[in-house]
Order: sequence, then C-alpha cells, then structure tokens
Amino acid sequence: MAADDRDTTIRRATRAAAIGFAVAIASAIGLVVVYVAGGHTQLEGLFLFAAFAGTTVGLVVWTKVLIAEPDLLEERPPMRSSQEDRAAFEHAYLEAREVRDPDIASRRRFLSRLLAGASASLALALGLPFFSLGAPPGGQLFRTNWERGSRVVDFAGRPVRADMVGPGGVITVFPEGHTGDGQSAALLIGIDFGRIVEGGITAETVPGIVCYSKVCTHAGCPVGLYREEAAELLCPCHQSKFAVYDNARPISGPTTRPLPQLPLGTDDAGFLVALGDFEAPVGPEFWNIQRGGRA
Amino acid sequence: MTERAERDRERQTDRPVDAHGRHSRGVVTAIARWLDDRLGIAQGARKLLRKPFPDHWSFLLGEVALFALVVLFLTGTFLALFYRPDTRPVTYTGPYVPLQGAQVSAAYESVMRLSFEVRAGLLMRQIHHHGANVFMAAVVAHMLRTFFTGSFRKPRELMWVTGIVLVLLGIGAGFTGYSLPDDLLSGTGLQIGYATLLSVPFLGPFLAFVALGGEVPNPDLIGRLHILHVMILPGLLAAVVGAHMLLLFRVRHSQHPGEKRTERNIVGKPMFPTQTMVSAAAFAATVAVLALMGGFYEINPVWLYGPFEPSRVFAPSQPDWYVGWLEGVLRLWPAWSIRVFGIVIPQPFIPGVVIPGLIFALAGAWPWLERRYITRGDEEHNILDDVRDNPLRGAVGAAGVTFLTVMLVAGSNDVIAARFTIALERFTLVLRVLLVAGPPLVGWLTYRWLTRLKRRDIEEAERAGTVRAEQDVA
Repeated sequence: MAADDRDTTIRRATRAAAIGFAVAIASAIGLVVVYVAGGHTQLEGLFLFAAFAGTTVGLVVWTKVLIAEPDLLEERPPMRSSQEDRAAFEHAYLEAREVRDPDIASRRRFLSRLLAGASASLALALGLPFFSLGAPPGGQLFRTNWERGSRVVDFAGRPVRADMVGPGGVITVFPEGHTGDGQSAALLIGIDFGRIVEGGITAETVPGIVCYSKVCTHAGCPVGLYREEAAELLCPCHQSKFAVYDNARPISGPTTRPLPQLPLGTDDAGFLVALGDFEAPVGPEFWNIQRGGRA
Repeated sequence: MTERAERDRERQTDRPVDAHGRHSRGVVTAIARWLDDRLGIAQGARKLLRKPFPDHWSFLLGEVALFALVVLFLTGTFLALFYRPDTRPVTYTGPYVPLQGAQVSAAYESVMRLSFEVRAGLLMRQIHHHGANVFMAAVVAHMLRTFFTGSFRKPRELMWVTGIVLVLLGIGAGFTGYSLPDDLLSGTGLQIGYATLLSVPFLGPFLAFVALGGEVPNPDLIGRLHILHVMILPGLLAAVVGAHMLLLFRVRHSQHPGEKRTERNIVGKPMFPTQTMVSAAAFAATVAVLALMGGFYEINPVWLYGPFEPSRVFAPSQPDWYVGWLEGVLRLWPAWSIRVFGIVIPQPFIPGVVIPGLIFALAGAWPWLERRYITRGDEEHNILDDVRDNPLRGAVGAAGVTFLTVMLVAGSNDVIAARFTIALERFTLVLRVLLVAGPPLVGWLTYRWLTRLKRRDIEEAERAGTVRAEQDVA
C-alpha cells in the first residue's frame, strides 16, 4: 500500500541519515583520539573523510527524502528600471547639477576642470612609489655571470677539464663563484666534430666540446634532456627541441630562438674557461632583445 | 511589433527631459543607462543621489576614521612589499653608520632598508604609524560623540557594538604592528602581553604557549604577528567596517535637534553634490594631515632604539597611546597575589584581563543597561540628546573618561615623574587614589552640573513662554 511504502521510505531515510551523522560523531572522536595519541597521517585522513562523508550522506538523504520540496516558481522581472524611474533618476541628477546663476555655473565648470586636473596629476604622482619597488632592468637581461676568464665549474664547484666530458657526455656547469645561478647555467656537451653541420657551431670552442645555455629560450625552464643518438636537447616543459650539431637551432616545439653558445678555451692548467659571455641573451624573448641592451 | 523592435523604439524615445525640456546626453548618461539595463538601479540610485546627510561637523569623525583606515591599507601594502618577517641574524651593511657591521635580525634589517634606502619608504612607514594613531583617535572621538549624544540608542545598538569591536581590532592591529620591526622597544610590549596571558588562572600557560608559540621571544613569534597584522586583522577590520557602514546605510544618520527635525524625518544636505564634496574634502584633509605628520614628525625611530635583544630594555618604554591605558592599570595595580583555595591568582590577571574585560563588556552593554535602568522605553531615537538631557548618562561617561584618563596618565608615570621631578612612588600613590576616587567625584560633579543646566533650560523656556521640543525635556 502507498501509505506503507511512504512510511518505509521515511523510516529508511531517517535511519540512513542517522547512521551518517553517527559515523560523523564517531569519526570526530576517532580524530581527537588519534591527534591526542600523537597523530597518524592516514588515520587522520580516514577519520576526517568519514566524518564529512557521513555528514554528506545525512544531509543529502534528509534533503531529498525528508524535505523533498517541489520547485518554487518565481517570475523574473526585467532588470531595466521603469521608464519613470529612469527619467526620475536623470531628472534628479540634472537637478543636482543645476546652477541657475550663469556666473556661478561658469566658475563651477572652471573649478571642476581644475579639480579633475588636480586629481589626475595626484594620481600620477601617487604612482611614483611603484618605482621604489625595484630598479629597471637596464642591461641586466643581456648579461649573465659569465665573463672572459671565468673558470667553468660543475654543480659541486669543481673546475672542469676538457677530457672530463667525454663523447656523448653532458655536464651542467656554472661560472666559478656563481654555482647554482639559474641564468648562468650552461650545458657542456661532448661532441663528435665529424657530425657538425656546415657552420653548425659559431662560437670559439675547444675540440670535442660545445657549450650551450641551459635556459630554454621559450619560457626559461632548464633544458634537462639530451638524446645522444639524435643529438637533440629537449626541454621537458613545453617540448622544445634543439639540434646540438647545428647551433642548437630549434627543430620542433614552441621556441623560436636557438640556445645561446658560450665561447670556451683552456687555461694554463688545462681547465676550461669562458672566453666571454653567451653570444646572445639567454632565456625567453623580450621586446628589445635585438637591441643589445639599448632600450 | 516584435519584442526587439519594441525595444528599439523604446530606446529611441527613451530621452527623458529635465526641468527645462533639455535632453540628457553624453557619456555619463550612456554609462548610467548601460548599468541600469543590467542592474535596474535607477530608483535606488535616484534616492541615493538626493539622500540627506545631517551636516554637523562631528559626523565627520567617523569618516576621518574610515579615510585613515584607507591610508593604513594603502601604506601597509607598500610596507608589506619590503618587510621580511624573519628573525634570523644578518649583518647590517646599509648606509646607517652606527649600526654597520652589527648583527641584526632580517626583520629589523628590512625595516632599516625601508627607512634609509627605499625611496619614499620612511615617509610610508611614518604615515602608516601616524595613521594608526589618527585612526584610533578618530574612532575614540567618534565613540565619545556617539555616547554623549545618545546616538547608540535604538535603532543603532548594533552600530555601537560593531564600533566597540572595531576599537578592539584597532588595538590588536596596533599591538601586532608595533612589534614587527623587531627593534629594542618592540619586544617589551610582547613580553607584557605574554605575562598578561600567562596570568589567567588554570588556562594561562596553555593559552600563552598556544597563542604565542612558546615563551617570548621565540623564533615563530614574528611570523605569527605578521600574519595577524597583514592578513587576519585587516580582513576583520574591513569586514566589520563594512558591516558598520551597511548598518549606517540602512538606519541612516541620527540628527541634532533643530528646525523641522523630528524623530521621523531626516534633514540635511544631499549626497550629491554637497555631501560628496564634503566627504572628498574630509578625505583630502585626512591624507593631508597624515602626509604632513609622516614627512615631518618622526615616529618610532628604530635606528635609535637598535635591534631587539631580549636582555635589554631602555627607559622610558612607552606603547602607543591607545594601548597606554592598559599599560597604566598594570603599573597602578598593587602587588597583590591573591590565593583562592590554595590557587594563586597571578598579579597581572585583574589589571590586565579582568579590568579591561569589564570595561569593554560594560561599554558594549551600555545601550541595554541605559535602557533598562535609566531611560526605559522602546522608542526609536533619531534626534540626538544634548548632554544635559540625560545627566546620569553624562555623569557615567565623565566618570568613565576620568577612569581611563588616569590609567592613560599612569601609563607614562615614569616620564611625567621625571619631567616634573616628583618621586615616582608618590606619584603612583596619587594616581591610585585618583583612579578610585576620581571617577565617582567627577561623575557626581558632572551630574550636579548637568541637572542644573537642564533645570535652568526648563525655567528659561517657561519664562519665555515656549517649551522646547519634548524630547529635550523628557
């Protein structure tokens, strides 16, 4: 019978909601116990989950079965105010601005222009503290910490010799004294000179080695992968690929610029040194990148 | 006609005219119409445009507080971009010669950098600190105005209570901000706050450790104060000020008695253009004064104080004035360590927790206390009292102000004693006597004075054959 069905449904819903809330209570107590006992990540997560899940079940059953209201319907009046209201507003506005004395009116116009001027100039002046936040970049975007004579060191700060790289080897290097500096990071790659394409490496370098900036020219992520057999450098962030034997020319992916090269030489003790800074600005493009530091 | 065509037609004829038959045009009209099409605000906006504001100068006190708060938010944002909430030691290498080579905390170093190396940094710092003082001053003045004119009465009790909450939040914001520079002065206030928390029976040590991260000072403390000062308290301040303003918007201003003014109306200058101009002027004036103070009036010169060292202190150590009264009562309270059933009630508990708690509770409950025991009656009050209209309220207010003033004076008893070369102990004794005897005495004198004024008013009115508006003699 319908009435019995309804009774059963209500009884079941009440029981389900009650179980949900009871679980929430028990879990909250469990949470307190675990916390006081010194904490346990998994148990805490479990009890927290159970407490909120129980509450969810209780609330949903309660709403759907024990409240179960029909939809309300309410007309939605147009947003636009009535013609009279709009007219009244505009009338009030015009009336508020109304000046009967023509002499006063022209003076008010004059003063309101000056006030606008005062507000605008003050607003501009109040923007000045923004310049306290930092110096403009100047030529900094065009420079890294590499300079003529910088010793090439590895992550541990040890100087690197040409014979330590080996064919197919890759070492991340920095200028001595700036170990870990992201903008100066470079990749020392052991190469096979026979595979270099015509004009493929423009920077002066030592036999068997080429050095490229490690900062991807797309979005500045570190170029972290080297596929030796294809001689490709790959940036894992946006999949830009650079040809190692062809001036690190981009061969696929979003970037438009090759990785800048670092000119290399050796010092008297046989350690690698830079012969200058990178041949081009490192990292992502910016509007005046072609102008060599002149705005 | 299709709906669209109808709309187009309506748009074309939708050219309301003003009193002189002129059509309104231009950018302002176009923007207003665009907004109204989406929000339907013409009716409300029209009312708002011509909403009357009673133009009494004292109503600007609240506006000054609001504008000072705006300045505090803006300058505070600037300071936050440079400040480092970090107590790790660094070597000071900045341009301030006496401290070069000294070991200071990173927080102190960042404040020094802000003061000496960041362009406009010291100006911002000083405007910020003065802004806090001016905000609290305006709030307190606004509160006194509200109290003595009975502006807190129905229907404005909620505004009164939100106002009290704002005072508490203001004190909290000032107190937390004060300690951030990590200079020699800043830790002192914290130490006192810690001692006060610690003094709560049973819960004290627990409260103090949980709230402050351990004994004071500790490495976590600056980070906590920083988050309180730049995030939680400003958020609460903005929310409660918003609530206060919404209530004002709904309930509207009270007004002083005057011609045509009744409990059921409101007489004043329209929002646009007069009140808008007045408020803009109040804003400009507030910023002007703060800028002048920030530029010329040195405040909290942390480079003179030097970096914080827990074992050092200097005299005189003074908090900002709005905390000074709390400091004063701590100085005045006698060395009574009370035992109840063998449990120690630590000395700072009564002056540091109980008395301020009672003061705020009493202030918050005042609208209800007054209605229950003095004025009685359930009417709405929109006309303000003159102080003489309710001598008992005036007397209570004067007594309260006396009490707080003695406390505030006691907060700088050392400075005053030194300045006037009086013995500190004797001066403190005088202040103790004043704290107990002053408020009742001042209250009683005020009551007598106000009742006499009230009686004279009534007599004068009777002699002149006119009777003042009834709310004044009620």
